[in-house]
Amino acid sequence: MKFLKLLALASVFGLSAVAATASTLDDVKAKGSINCGVSEGLIGFSNPDASNKWSGLDVDICRAVAAAVLGDATKVKYVPLNAKERFTALQSGTIDMLSRNSTWTMSRDTTLGLLFAGTTYYDGQGFLVPKKLNVKSAMELGGASVCTQTGTTTELNLADFFKANKMEYKVVAFEKNEEVLKAYQEGRCDVFTTDQSGLYAERLKFAVPEDHVVLPEIISKEPLGPVVRQGDDQWFSIVKWTYYALITAEELGVNSKNIDEMKTSTNPEIQRLLSVKTKADDGTEADNDFGKGLGLGPDWAYNPIKQVGNYAEIFDRNLAQLKIARGKNALWKDGGLQYAPPIR
Amino acid sequence: MTISSDPGIQKAPAATADGFDFVYSPRFRALVSQTVVVLLLLWGLYEMVANTQANLAKLNKNFGFDFLTNAAGFDLSTTLIPFSSNSSYATALIAGFWNTVLVSVLGMIVSTVMGVFIGIMRLSKNQVVSGFATLFIELVRNIPLLLQLFVWYALVLKPLPSAKLAINFQDSIFISNRGVVMPHPTFGEGAWLAPLFLVAAIFGTWFYARWARQQQFETGRQLPVWSVNSAALVLAPIVGFAVAGWPVTWSYPALAGFNFKGGMTIVPEMAALLLGLSIFYAASTAEIVRSGIMAVSQGQTEASMALGLTRAQALRQVILPQAMRVMIPPMASQLLSLTKDSSLAIAIGFPDLMYASGTVNNQSGKAIEVFTLALLVYLGLSLLTAAFMNWFNARLKLVER
Amino acid sequence: MAREFVRTVDVPQRPPPARVANFWAVWRDRVAPSPLSAVATVVIALVVASTVWTVVDWAVIRAVWSAPDRTLCSEPGAGACWPFADARKLQWVYGLYPIDQRWRPNIVFTVGALSLAGLLIPKVPGKLWNGIFFFSVFPVLAVALLLGGFAGLSFVETTSWGGFLVTLIASFTSIVVSLPLGVALAIGRQSELPIVKLLCTIFIETVRGVPLVLVLFMAVNMLPLFLTPGTVPNKFAIVLVGVALFFSAYMAEVVRGGLQAMPKGQYEAANALGLHYWKLMTFIILPQALKIVIPSIVNTFIGVVQNTTLVLVVGIFDLLNMVNAGFNDATWASPQTGNTGYFSLAVIYWVICFAISRYSLYIERRLNVGHER
Repeated sequence: MKFLKLLALASVFGLSAVAATASTLDDVKAKGSINCGVSEGLIGFSNPDASNKWSGLDVDICRAVAAAVLGDATKVKYVPLNAKERFTALQSGTIDMLSRNSTWTMSRDTTLGLLFAGTTYYDGQGFLVPKKLNVKSAMELGGASVCTQTGTTTELNLADFFKANKMEYKVVAFEKNEEVLKAYQEGRCDVFTTDQSGLYAERLKFAVPEDHVVLPEIISKEPLGPVVRQGDDQWFSIVKWTYYALITAEELGVNSKNIDEMKTSTNPEIQRLLSVKTKADDGTEADNDFGKGLGLGPDWAYNPIKQVGNYAEIFDRNLAQLKIARGKNALWKDGGLQYAPPIR
Repeated sequence: MTISSDPGIQKAPAATADGFDFVYSPRFRALVSQTVVVLLLLWGLYEMVANTQANLAKLNKNFGFDFLTNAAGFDLSTTLIPFSSNSSYATALIAGFWNTVLVSVLGMIVSTVMGVFIGIMRLSKNQVVSGFATLFIELVRNIPLLLQLFVWYALVLKPLPSAKLAINFQDSIFISNRGVVMPHPTFGEGAWLAPLFLVAAIFGTWFYARWARQQQFETGRQLPVWSVNSAALVLAPIVGFAVAGWPVTWSYPALAGFNFKGGMTIVPEMAALLLGLSIFYAASTAEIVRSGIMAVSQGQTEASMALGLTRAQALRQVILPQAMRVMIPPMASQLLSLTKDSSLAIAIGFPDLMYASGTVNNQSGKAIEVFTLALLVYLGLSLLTAAFMNWFNARLKLVER
Repeated sequence: MAREFVRTVDVPQRPPPARVANFWAVWRDRVAPSPLSAVATVVIALVVASTVWTVVDWAVIRAVWSAPDRTLCSEPGAGACWPFADARKLQWVYGLYPIDQRWRPNIVFTVGALSLAGLLIPKVPGKLWNGIFFFSVFPVLAVALLLGGFAGLSFVETTSWGGFLVTLIASFTSIVVSLPLGVALAIGRQSELPIVKLLCTIFIETVRGVPLVLVLFMAVNMLPLFLTPGTVPNKFAIVLVGVALFFSAYMAEVVRGGLQAMPKGQYEAANALGLHYWKLMTFIILPQALKIVIPSIVNTFIGVVQNTTLVLVVGIFDLLNMVNAGFNDATWASPQTGNTGYFSLAVIYWVICFAISRYSLYIERRLNVGHER
């Protein structure tokens, strides 16, 4: 027993990294990379290809933060996590940030010891049905069997939706997304529900994607965004402002291709974004370095934009292939919800 | 070879009158080593509790079972007790528990029956039959159960039609990829007569068996005990029901929109789990049965034959009672494993206790509480099964003279 | 019992069994000793033939042998989708391990296989040193090489380990840890020290009373909470510890069977020779007790290999999970992809487990010869 305990402890400690004592930033700098929690495979958000290269919107957020902090967008270690373990992994410090299509909710913000650093994608839960069912609206789904993943808000929204509309339904819920997809394709259920972006993404995997339609209704608000631990305000700010920098860059027309020319721009907003030193008429020099406040270098916004791209580039690269329109994710001035506070 | 040096004579282990030798006293050593173990354990426990408290405080969480009364908010696909998203977390766990019990008990019955059958097949003189049994056992035992469950789930779903095209038996039983839907009985006034008659029949058969045995001892005449008793046990509840005037109403399933309404459903997940568990454990049971029978020496068979018993008589009266004693202990652990492996339900989405615990943990974030509860329940189930098998084992031993 | 019936008249004698000598009679006796048996033979023959035909038809005749993507496999009537298995096979073996670093697992596989072969084949000399190497030096070297992060080797996170590599690591760790730990627990359970005995019994019985899935869930969800705040345990390591502890309890029961089979005379004789407890255990009891239970130990290993698939539920990418994850690939998703994956898995696991069980039988026979001498 004694031997056993010692052995168990030894093996746990032995293969574990002692970390997260003081500041996540110092820790990340010391490691030289960011441990970023991502989903196990969701096209458009985080998906490894056959050569194990990760891509997607969530992945690009990880890369942007790595570029901001370490100056190199490739310094990311991706930790694929399922819905159940994602928050535990962040709480326990296995990962430095979570960028795994996670919905920002009040209870997650207040009771899990976590903080959402922004909304990188405004999503909502929808329904996917086979075309041959001839269903035009979610209101016609009374009595249907619905496939979903357990341990998500999806499962709870689903119950609420059917209860609110006084319809009956049968849930068929699985631990793993693959099982959900398999069951839907085998006809175990009539409807597949998850975030709408996910529906578009998963549809691509079906034998004939055109045989399935996404119903127009959105039954929930799902603001998805990166998550960090509570109690490290500096790290929280870094993640939050890296995301804002991407939005600001799009707003100002700065992208990965023109960024070096933009450094010579006289637009004060761009100068502040890219930490361009300016000379006032009286000869005093303003360094415009807002990275200092984050504990980062002056290239805190330049690096992510240069190496990863602005929000529009990230969106187009990852989500255009799924035929997802900008919609609610357009900039505020284009009628969307993406909005960044001013950098000044 | 000669011994060059004497190994020396060890000191006597006990205390002597003039001085107590602490180092060599076994009692003292025992005391010290056990104190060390206890201290280490207490220290470990203390560390664990302190760390947990610190960790929970850091996560803004607290320890407690109050959350169990909160509304679950999710639904489960199939439950034996009424459950909806309004029900509490506790109800979800209880619903999961009953599903575990259901699948385990059914699995035990099916796998034992199948296993005995295959075990006997394996010993058949017919080499095609025994070869087939061997093939079955070797195939099933060497593939992981989890993989088999996935395969069964795929195989169960694939050939089944959609609900609209369900295979229809007399408008009362429908088989589709929504599962097997059957009429659901509701018992009315007087239905209690059936179990009453059954209890009466159990007593009756017991007395009849005793009397028949006495008759055999006295006259050598063998009365048909087995067939009479099984008939009595089957007929008694039916007669009881008839006397009460068939107080039962059936709710028939009917296709309404996407799904069947009314009736009761065996969902495909449960069918796959049951199939997988039964077949996997039937293979192990068959091996136990075979080795049990093989453990009875050949001389017993030969002696029975010499006494003029038929093969069937020899098997039932001589071989099986002895084989049973060899078979019971491994069978006990077999059934225990089956109960535990029913937790693989989580992989194919059947809402058993493990599935419910996982979901409740995820929705409530109460890992320690939920999993401790699950641990206690599984431990309880195991102890219960073990106790029953011990009792059964002890009963069989009495037969031994 | 005085009333017992005693037969006074003989039962009519039955004819002696017919003597069978000619070829056909012997053959008939083997496949159809009675009419009922003959029916069974026919039914079984039909069932087996149709099953074999279904499998061959699907896996060979209707199978798709080469295709760039899922189009051919998606056609109605298509059989096994072998190009999918071909495209994914390396990922099945190495998981997400960096492609340019795959030589590292390769070295581990080769060294492990050679050393293991040396241990398993009775004729190969140097069992002792090889054993010490295989069970103590090799694991350390393997982990160091796979993890890297020194001497110019790039660091490879355990999260990128996967597939067959992880299945092997998990099985190997469980075996290497559970054997000594199981022996320790079994000895502890037989101990005369009441507290040690109690603790060992509680541990063994608790672990044996709960499902592995629960142990894994507890390890992953609860264990991090028990550790000093700030410690970040590696999930893969936690899962390995969980599986290893789980099987230690089972191994302990197997070893206990061997210990109980030891005649008391062995203990008494050793005591009389002046051997104290540890010498008695190491030199007299354990070598004999373990020898008796080698077949059971090997059977437990089969259980270990099969049950490593359960790590799937906590999101570790072992072989089964890796194959499962491949079904999600938009390039290959087709109605036959899943079946092809499962079929390949079934063949792989079957070959491994069947080989181990044959080896167990072989060893059992060898040991029996030793006893009969």
